[in-house]
Amino acid sequence: MLDNLSVNKRAAILSIVMLVVGLLIWEAAIPAQKAAGELTEYERLTGGGAQKAGVPPPSQVIVKAWQELSNPFYDAGPNDKGIGIQIGYSIYRVLSGYFLAALVAIPLGFLIGMSQTAYKAFNPFIQVLRPISPLAWMPLALFIIQDSEASAIFVIFVCSIWPMLLNTAFGVAGVREDWVNVARTHELGALKTAFTVILPAAAPTIVTGMRISIGIAWLVIVAAEMLVGGTGIGYYVWNEWNNLDLTSVIFSILMIGVVGMMLDAVFGVLQRAVAYAE
Amino acid sequence: MSKPFLSIERLTQQYPDGQGGTLTVFENASFGIEKGEFVCILGHSGCGKSTIMNILAGLAEPTSGVVKMDGFAVSGPSLDRGVVFQNYSLLPWLSALKNVTFGIKARYPSWSADKVEAHARDFLAKVGLEGDVVYRKPSQLSGGMRQRVSIARAFANHPKLLLLDEPFGALDALTRGTIQEELLKIWSGTEQTVFMITHDIDEAILLADRILLMTNGPFARVAESVEITIPRPRSRTEIVEHPNYYAIRNHLVQFLGQRSKELAGQQSDVPDQRPETVRIDVSETETATEGSAPPPLRAVNT
Ligand SMILES: Nc1ncnc2c1ncn2[C@@H]1O[C@H](COP(=O)(O)OP(=O)(O)OP(=O)(O)O)[C@@H](O)[C@H]1O
Ligand SMILES: [Mg+2]
Repeated sequence: MLDNLSVNKRAAILSIVMLVVGLLIWEAAIPAQKAAGELTEYERLTGGGAQKAGVPPPSQVIVKAWQELSNPFYDAGPNDKGIGIQIGYSIYRVLSGYFLAALVAIPLGFLIGMSQTAYKAFNPFIQVLRPISPLAWMPLALFIIQDSEASAIFVIFVCSIWPMLLNTAFGVAGVREDWVNVARTHELGALKTAFTVILPAAAPTIVTGMRISIGIAWLVIVAAEMLVGGTGIGYYVWNEWNNLDLTSVIFSILMIGVVGMMLDAVFGVLQRAVAYAE
Repeated sequence: MSKPFLSIERLTQQYPDGQGGTLTVFENASFGIEKGEFVCILGHSGCGKSTIMNILAGLAEPTSGVVKMDGFAVSGPSLDRGVVFQNYSLLPWLSALKNVTFGIKARYPSWSADKVEAHARDFLAKVGLEGDVVYRKPSQLSGGMRQRVSIARAFANHPKLLLLDEPFGALDALTRGTIQEELLKIWSGTEQTVFMITHDIDEAILLADRILLMTNGPFARVAESVEITIPRPRSRTEIVEHPNYYAIRNHLVQFLGQRSKELAGQQSDVPDQRPETVRIDVSETETATEGSAPPPLRAVNT
């Protein structure tokens, strides 16, 4: 019966089977909470009667997800905001830092890609700065900027600049000389050449860099928000861990994955739009 | 004799040879091309044809010497010199139509978008590209189609000088013949001058008013300038019957097969190495007078 289905359909069926089996195993592996009557004397004395923090079964997570997602934007004070608001804060920070980085990285990458001298001059700095974990900048950023919000954005800026910078430089440097010669024989000026020949020629490489950057930025924001606190999905995870609400922790982990996937998908679309075959 | 439209004066090109010395590709090469002339250049691989063409296009600087067009020294590329590159050099992210409008917009910045597009379609139609094909990207076109887009792009700009680097090199004989005829058709309706590199002797005889022959490098020379004394319009099937055809062809084959080697590597002290004019005309040998230029052999090919 499976034989006459398309590859996509077969894969989808397999995915669903894996999901269901995984969830069932997970559900079965969690021991049920003991009822209060079965508690021993000792447990009653040590407070064991309170709801124990254990890994919740998937059914609880699904219930939690349903609750949260049916009212994602409620705001009941600093420690109790809807998941939608928290994710909104995180996306806002990621995009701010990311676009600032793009604003610097793409023009600078152009310069580095077009000129051997600029490449050689910038290279040592790039080589030293690039391997630094973006979170290592956090204390310095907090001290200099004196603002946790701006510091988080700065950390995103620092982590997303490198892939964009290097890919832009690489893409621009690799533009076929034939195409540049086409621009030259048509007497195009430097700016016109940059926009009508070099940019479209290097666009696939540049967008690949942008896609890598957004992925890294989304990885880093969670850690950054755990450090600076206040708002955001990273803070939410940390806060729920402090509340020992593991159901919420698991739910937010899943949300981080879903949002990351969507951000990546946007750049996937962009990548397809600028791709060309030689 | 008045200055020709295009004059190449004492052109020398040297490159480092990779072992600390210099490689002289050619030295003091001088020749002229008249307005409206169709000139082909033949020579063995590596003798420096592409190098000469890049200098004519203004894409490369010679080690010494000048190229003058209309009396002015060429410095840098110009819209007056259209180039059809050996590998087509179409921009792969643009459709065939957009590749042609790209050139026209650069040439006529004041034209409206409609006019630019109509002009582009006109020239694409001249090379036989009409309908949906013009919306395809170069990667979706066959080699011959790409070549034609490239030719349309160059011709649509009405350059005074057209430079073609082995434009039909990768095509099969049939497509090649069709495009050759299209090229002649477009060229014969204009005042354009064509300088074309080719490896194909028959193609050169079919197309050219004059064929320049280069000796092997290093120290290559443009040794001879052979006039093609076959009246136009010419067609591939008919020129072989013309009495001059085999005489000219034999001369060219003999040069490329033998004399290009014998003459190679002779470093001469002559400051100006002009090619020797060769006129082969078995039907009117007595009237061929050296030095006086014959009327340009041009007719509209129908
Ligand atoms: N940038 C360069 N550096 C060093 N040598 C070069 C360079 N460009 C060309 N040459 C040399 O100059 C000579 C002429 O090259 P050119 O490309 O003009 O040959 P060609 O006549 O066009 O050959 P083909 O028919 O194979 O295209 C060759 O010997 C080549 O090795
Ligand atoms: Mg060549």
